[in-house]
Amino acid sequence: MLEASHLECVRGNRTIFRDLSFAVRPGDCFRLTGPNGSGKTSLLRMLCGLLSPTHGTIRWHGAGIETLGEEYFSSIAYVGHRPGIKDEFTAMENLQVSSGMRGIEISRKAAASALERMGLGGRLHVPARFLSEGERRRAAIARLAVNHSMLWLLDEVLTSLDRFAVKTIQLLIEDHLDAGGMAIVATHQELNLSSGQSQRIELAA
Amino acid sequence: MSNWYRYASPVNLYPLASRMIPWFAIPAAILLAVGLYVGLFVAPTDFQQGDVYRVLFIHVPAAWMGMLLYLLMALYAAVGWAWNARASSMMASALSVTGALFTLLSLITGGLWGKPTWGTWWVWDARTTSTLILLFLYAGFISLQSAIDDPRRADRAGAVLALVGVVNVPIIYFSVQWWNTLHQGATIRIASATTTMAAPMLAAWSIMVAACWFYSVAVVLGRLCCIISDREHLEVVR
Amino acid sequence: MKAASHLVMFRWLLRREMILAWRRKSDMISMLAFFVIIASLFPLGVDPDSRLLRYMAPGVVWISALLASMLGLGSLFSSDYTDGTLEQMWITPQPRLLIVAGKILAQCLLTGMPLVLISPLLALQFGLTSSEMRFLAVSLLTGIPVLNLIGAIGSALTIGVRGGGLVVALIVLPLCIPVLVFGAGGNLSLVGAVLALTLVFAPWAAASALTIVVED
Repeated sequence: MLEASHLECVRGNRTIFRDLSFAVRPGDCFRLTGPNGSGKTSLLRMLCGLLSPTHGTIRWHGAGIETLGEEYFSSIAYVGHRPGIKDEFTAMENLQVSSGMRGIEISRKAAASALERMGLGGRLHVPARFLSEGERRRAAIARLAVNHSMLWLLDEVLTSLDRFAVKTIQLLIEDHLDAGGMAIVATHQELNLSSGQSQRIELAA
Repeated sequence: MSNWYRYASPVNLYPLASRMIPWFAIPAAILLAVGLYVGLFVAPTDFQQGDVYRVLFIHVPAAWMGMLLYLLMALYAAVGWAWNARASSMMASALSVTGALFTLLSLITGGLWGKPTWGTWWVWDARTTSTLILLFLYAGFISLQSAIDDPRRADRAGAVLALVGVVNVPIIYFSVQWWNTLHQGATIRIASATTTMAAPMLAAWSIMVAACWFYSVAVVLGRLCCIISDREHLEVVR
Repeated sequence: MKAASHLVMFRWLLRREMILAWRRKSDMISMLAFFVIIASLFPLGVDPDSRLLRYMAPGVVWISALLASMLGLGSLFSSDYTDGTLEQMWITPQPRLLIVAGKILAQCLLTGMPLVLISPLLALQFGLTSSEMRFLAVSLLTGIPVLNLIGAIGSALTIGVRGGGLVVALIVLPLCIPVLVFGAGGNLSLVGAVLALTLVFAPWAAASALTIVVED
């Protein structure tokens, strides 16, 4: 369970948000909305441990994430603006490498099935530089399927994707939530999850 | 004591710093004038080196300042990084330029001393070469900070570089000494020029060192004020 | 067991770097060509007198290796930063120090070792005997890792910065002077000492520098 209390974000001389608190429990999905510049990306990066809040704490199962370090990282998966895909690798290789870099070897079969699930079945062995942006995004999201992390932190993963891809990702998130996972998704679009209403964190400008 | 923490904020530091400047600038000017007078006119002509040795009254203090300011700069930068204290990092940036200029001054005055004494403007001995490398270290720090647009990132990156530099300084010094003995280069020992120091020489010396310190404080505080007003978008209140 | 996963990660990291280097072969080849060209400039610019060449050979080869290594440095972390793989590495449950050490090791093997392997060719051009050639190669073998270690710090500090390669060179070259002096001067034990010191400090400094950039 993730608890954020009284988070404050100051960038340069601007206070982006302050006194933000929320708790995420297994099965919860939070939709993060707000205009551009309202701090959605900053908040997600704080939850990743990539940015320190100027004020407030983030706790995972009661312990602060700075003290947990690697233990917390093994529980999260982050897909940000930069997809984390190397152009020189194929979608398959990207998936295997990213998993290997977490210290877990996955079989080619497992990687292939995750990519097929994301609709990349026919594009497994194409270098990522030849994939469209939507396909690259889907290859990045395939990481989530093999990661087995509890908390997913997704930043604008639905933009410029076609309806089929959006549906695929929604199904992926639903399955994750049903299995007791948690997700915080920054998106302008409605999530339309069948497992009920997702809660909202609205960041004001 | 807790009152002093106010000054960790650059905005609060600014008025204090700008008020302090005259307290250091005026004594600096006085000390410089007195020191130069004693050094140029009162101290006797050295029987070995004539009047040229007087350049050392600037050269040696400048060299010391160059080295000391580097250490100070690294210290402020490290504190600014470790405690996320912007004012401390700004101090480091302010120190960097003064330190570099003193180092450059010591190289130039070293040449002015060297030409009449040894016949060359430049000699590749251990001390001169180490001073040159110190100047390169300053240049690296200054260029790194000016190349990075985000001020906080520039502060932290500078801190890492300054710390790496400080750790390297003894190694660099040792390697240059080793290199010098390997190639049996000229071992110009400036210390030899000061073995017999008459009282006026010693006086001039001390006064010049003090002048350099006061000057440094005044100039660094001045630059610090510029940096603060730049980064905190303060109106300069005259 | 944690150590097992660290090993898996390290293996995959090295494999990743090797494949990437192979798919960007031209980078390595340019660097080797640069190495040879710079070294050849010295006899052209100075004097091809064979006694002089033999005398300057270690220094010239060392300086050329230093400058050629500078070339490879810029891209050590920058492409990973741009496509987001660096921040992904930063939030894995793996020790960051190990990741940085792995990247530097890969860089050393992929860019440094080819320089060592080509150095005998240059040694030939400069008229060194075979024992001198071997000695030079060994000194490069011990010293080039130092260049890569220090260079990694410079590269990490300057990710995405204006002026790119020049700023890195300005930062890194003064710090490489000790190893240049000891290496060209032929004192292997001193090079080894610098290597030992750098091995201890540099990965930590590079990791700190990366933290500054990634945790923005």
